[in-house]
Amino acid sequence: MTTDISKIRNFSIIAHIDHGKSTLADRLIQATGGLQQREMVEQVLDNMDIERERGITIKAQTVRLDYKAKDGQTYVLNLMDTPGHVDFAYEVSRSLSACEGSILVVDASQGVEAQTLANVYQAIEHDHEIVPVINKIDLPSADPDKVKLQIEDVIGISTEHAVLASAKSGLGIEDVLEAIVRFIPPPKGDPSAPLKVMLVDSWYDQYLGVVILVRVIEGTLRKGQMIKMMAAGTEHLVDRVGVFRPKIETVDDLGPGEVGFITAQMKEVAQTRVGDTLTEIKRPCAEPLPGFAPVQSVVFCGLFPVDASDFEKLRDSLSKLRLNDASFTFEMETSAALGFGFRCGFLGLLHLEIIQERLTREYDLNLITTAPSVIYKIQMNDGTNLELHNPADMPDTVRIAHIEEPWIEATIFVPDDYLGGILKLCQDRRGIQKNLTYAGTRAMVVYELPLNEVVFDFYDRLKSISRGYASFDYHQIGHREGDLVKMSLLVNEEPVDALSMIVHRSTAEARGRHMCERMKDLIPRHLFKIPIQAAIGGKVIARETISAMRKDVTAKCYGGDISRKKKLLEKQKEGKKRMRTFGRVDIPQEAFIAALRMGDEG
Amino acid sequence: MPSARSGTLAVYIHWPFCESKCAYCDFNSHVRDTVDHARWRQTLLAELNFEAGLTSGHQVTSIFFGGGTPSLMQPETVATLIDAVKKLWPTNDNLEITLEANPSSVEAARFKDFAAAGINRVSLGIQALDDRALQFLTRRHDLKSALAALATAQAIFDRVSFDLIYARPEQTIDAWEQELKQALAFGTGHLSLYQLTIEPNTGFAGTYKRGGFTLPDEDTAAELYTLTQAMTADAGLPAYEISNHARPGQASRHNLSYWAYDDYVGIGPGAHGRRLHQATARLKRPEAWLERVEQHGNGLETAEPLDSRSRAEEALLMGLRLTVGIDAELYYQRTGTPLNGIIDQSALSASIDDGLMVATPKGVTATAAGRLVLNRLIATLVGA
Repeated sequence: MTTDISKIRNFSIIAHIDHGKSTLADRLIQATGGLQQREMVEQVLDNMDIERERGITIKAQTVRLDYKAKDGQTYVLNLMDTPGHVDFAYEVSRSLSACEGSILVVDASQGVEAQTLANVYQAIEHDHEIVPVINKIDLPSADPDKVKLQIEDVIGISTEHAVLASAKSGLGIEDVLEAIVRFIPPPKGDPSAPLKVMLVDSWYDQYLGVVILVRVIEGTLRKGQMIKMMAAGTEHLVDRVGVFRPKIETVDDLGPGEVGFITAQMKEVAQTRVGDTLTEIKRPCAEPLPGFAPVQSVVFCGLFPVDASDFEKLRDSLSKLRLNDASFTFEMETSAALGFGFRCGFLGLLHLEIIQERLTREYDLNLITTAPSVIYKIQMNDGTNLELHNPADMPDTVRIAHIEEPWIEATIFVPDDYLGGILKLCQDRRGIQKNLTYAGTRAMVVYELPLNEVVFDFYDRLKSISRGYASFDYHQIGHREGDLVKMSLLVNEEPVDALSMIVHRSTAEARGRHMCERMKDLIPRHLFKIPIQAAIGGKVIARETISAMRKDVTAKCYGGDISRKKKLLEKQKEGKKRMRTFGRVDIPQEAFIAALRMGDEG
Repeated sequence: MPSARSGTLAVYIHWPFCESKCAYCDFNSHVRDTVDHARWRQTLLAELNFEAGLTSGHQVTSIFFGGGTPSLMQPETVATLIDAVKKLWPTNDNLEITLEANPSSVEAARFKDFAAAGINRVSLGIQALDDRALQFLTRRHDLKSALAALATAQAIFDRVSFDLIYARPEQTIDAWEQELKQALAFGTGHLSLYQLTIEPNTGFAGTYKRGGFTLPDEDTAAELYTLTQAMTADAGLPAYEISNHARPGQASRHNLSYWAYDDYVGIGPGAHGRRLHQATARLKRPEAWLERVEQHGNGLETAEPLDSRSRAEEALLMGLRLTVGIDAELYYQRTGTPLNGIIDQSALSASIDDGLMVATPKGVTATAAGRLVLNRLIATLVGA
């Protein structure tokens, strides 16, 4: 059922969180009859609970809509919903490159916000035609004219064809559909050319196995074809071709410009690589699509079960999660303090949090997460090299010639008012300013930063300094030598290996002091006083003391009601289970991750 | 499994009614316009009969009328119940019979009748020696009537105790020192001195949560407690339990039964008991309890068997509240678990090193510093 290419429109939706992206998507699906009213779950496209709750999209989703336009023709509209976080920047760029245009949703009272900027510039980079949609125009505070001006000033795109809408009430939805048809160009491609298909995303479905989301660039994709994944080098038989409406519908083939899915008897998502090019073995295309990059873990941390007997359950759960998310890695690790666990690699901190949350929630695991780390390259005196992603494995310093750490180039969009704070944050994190330009009342700052200064809480700090208005994007620019040292944390004179970290010597003292202060707040008072120390080698660089508990006793206890006292004891026993014991000190699990947030400093 | 041991027994009788509910109180108390005293007398008697049927071999050493406000009972009811206990169980010669009383003029007027009924010890809920504090605590009496009631009680009863609540909002160390000095000057043989705690589902709980008042911080509370220990000891009424102070021989034998983990029966709405290796609890709502007793002869809501681990933990929780601590041999007799079978030995030696526990000739006890952090200390000792 190859569709007439001139009738295809592929687009994504760009919006700041809460500006109504999901509601608009739902309305478009409804208006084109994709789902009956009774089948509508709120926010159809975000499938996972975590996606709905956090208002973020993790996996790319797509839906094919048939729209009969005012010109009497029926168009095929493919809506591609893309992840919206820097951790998934690569996935975003792949999704965008599968579309020809974007709808830019802006809240009629809030105006353009930072998160929108990075994404819209990315869309422009992918040569997208942008259709602005001013949403929530029925709110009393709506000021569409001002917002239009702002879009022209700040983003620099014309708002001549901007659509006024209210996704909530359904106002202007028809106009949005018309604008998509009129202003977003149809894709190009030759149905008889050698097959060239982009792998946009993939996931595991318990009935279908691995489902691969694809965009056909050239040629025609059919069931029964033998295909080759050009980067992975593997060969597969296409056993199903289909589209999402958003319900699954199988089709005979997909022509150029079309978006859909295939299954190819694959069991693991790890066999697919986002951005890879699929071609037919019989008649392969000459060149793969540009822009493919293999998935690389950027942030590492240890995950340990609180209850040591959950180790096998954790292994199973990680394996199951990996079926659906090939972008994280895990291997077994042992810690003196935490026992058996896994060293895991992630795309970024949000990705880490998501995986951790899914393990807790979907697999009912109680976990301890160690300090996030990046990959350090260590040049040894004997000429050998090693890669370090666990501070615990740091070799003896006398054997090290030098250490290299990964650097990134970060682009930050921030309203003028917060620029000072952001610049200070970047300076404090050893940043090197590369560029500073203005777009309207917003500044675009480009910095080179060591990644290890970013993985802790850079994003949180950025958001808090700018009250959520700054947006942040980065890419890696290789390793550079640095004066890096291993800092240990000692609780009651005993080192807690899970809290040791690699830091730059210049920031070690500040970070050590901060860690000690945080631990002081996080560890409850005990029956004895507890020294907390940060040390480099044998040298203590920061110290705090938790004073002994002064008073904790139930005053009244008569009438013979012992049961209530028993309940308190049971509660204390439960509380103990959420702690890790180091020597005589019980450390709450949340201390392990919370200790690393830098809090209000800087 | 019923105990073959026929030891001593304490009898607790709960009178659940009050004229008004105090903001700090989370005991099982209820306000009712009228109470059918004859009916209550019969049902309480029925409960005594029921419990006596199960514990007939035990010797009763004390009776305690608690509440609620048991001084609102008719003296006739009190007399009937005391007589019944004496008929149902063997009792020892100097049977201690305590009544909790409100220090109001109305109730003081009946002290003579209560004495005639057999009461030989009263515990007055004075709570504060300051009218503003009494108002804050939502007590119905003022200081003047409280002191009058105390004088009356001291004239009629050999053994008198009263309660004070301290560590009240904004109470300074000096203010408490003055108040306690005044309290000690009355010369009673016993004092119960409780630090104010905010319990859930009380009048104070909501006010406190909304920031209506603040309590002394941990350090101030600790200082107040330490001061209390020193002053009462100097006055000849050292602490024999966390919050209880007595001259030699004047400790509440009834409450000592709880802390020594002796058997006790508890009758009346919401009363708790520990007997025959069971934890008993009565229905809490007075009307529900009344109907149940009339239909079934007892008001039990639960009678749960206590396994040896539970008994061992309970006896530890109670025993370490006492200044004398735990007698290892008695502990073993009462719980079937040796003391070192419940206390983690490395935790114990660490606590001894930290000055929180100390070995005694007969067993162990918490030090004064240890008693101040007893909740945490016990948790540590049992490995939590």
